[in-house]
Amino acid sequence: MSRQSNRPTDSKKMNSELFTLTYGALVTQLCKDYENDEEVNKQLDKMGYNIGVRLIEDFLARSSVGRCHDFRETADVIAKVAFKMYLGITPSVTNWSPAGDEFSLILESNPLVDFVELPDNHNNLVYSNLLCGVLRGALEMVQMAVDVRFAQDTLRGDNVTEIRMKFIKRIEENMPAGDE
Amino acid sequence: MADEALFQFLHSEIIQYVNSAETGESENGRCVSKLENMGFRVGQGLIERFTKDTPRFKDELDVMKFICKDFWTSVFKKQIDNLRTNHQGIYVLQDNKFRLLTQLSAGKQYLEHAPKFLAFTCGLVRGALSNLGVRSIVTAEVSVMPACKFQVMIQKI
Repeated sequence: MSRQSNRPTDSKKMNSELFTLTYGALVTQLCKDYENDEEVNKQLDKMGYNIGVRLIEDFLARSSVGRCHDFRETADVIAKVAFKMYLGITPSVTNWSPAGDEFSLILESNPLVDFVELPDNHNNLVYSNLLCGVLRGALEMVQMAVDVRFAQDTLRGDNVTEIRMKFIKRIEENMPAGDE
Repeated sequence: MADEALFQFLHSEIIQYVNSAETGESENGRCVSKLENMGFRVGQGLIERFTKDTPRFKDELDVMKFICKDFWTSVFKKQIDNLRTNHQGIYVLQDNKFRLLTQLSAGKQYLEHAPKFLAFTCGLVRGALSNLGVRSIVTAEVSVMPACKFQVMIQKI
């Protein structure tokens, strides 16, 4: 009697349920630790930021993506390369502001929220807020200050999940003192 | 399919968080048990998904073999290297290259931090076993990273 396990072929890919459930366990723990949803959102964002700061290294090393010349290119790389690499989904990039400094990522499916239902008493919880932190942290490491937030969320009954990203400014590289 | 790097970063971020939240005397024990409890929940959920289509297990040893082979492969992409038992309810699972430690060290450096990095996985195993009807206590020990041993003590009711 041999059991067949459907093993992923790619050595870098792993069981995404492990990730999803682990993330769920984390959010549950945070909800226990903090009184209100705002605090939980803040913690998730902070942890996401820490992850993003490190994840960008992994991403640049593995994807061989060079420097982006404008925000549109950045948007494409995030959606088509990064999301695909790490979550196995490709969000669509839409709703560009006329100035070209704001866009939306539309996620048809959000791997973080498989098997999740929000209880009624957590109306202000942004469940996947970790993603915002990750995006912010990663982009900060490539000299871009951005504002990231969830505009729509399927968990709250919207049809799609929408992440809104706004370019704030380019971070100037500081020359070390006395190094001219 | 989520990427492995993502889980590793999340895992270390969780450890970081739990650590920073706990301050005081019993800090280390509490931190480990918090991580262990999280792992327990995840293990319970995972085993439900993994064993959807598998036939029933014959006995305890069969369950342990499943944990060592299929479960470990699904989660850590390798099998447990060595399974030993005294046939009285104690099993020792040895992983010579445990995935969550490979990034940490290869030797004795940072040995004092190893328990934190194993607590989640201990819970994972305990949760998985618990949903297969086996009550247990799971502990881990490391002498030289990245090798580690998980000891499973089956609780007879």
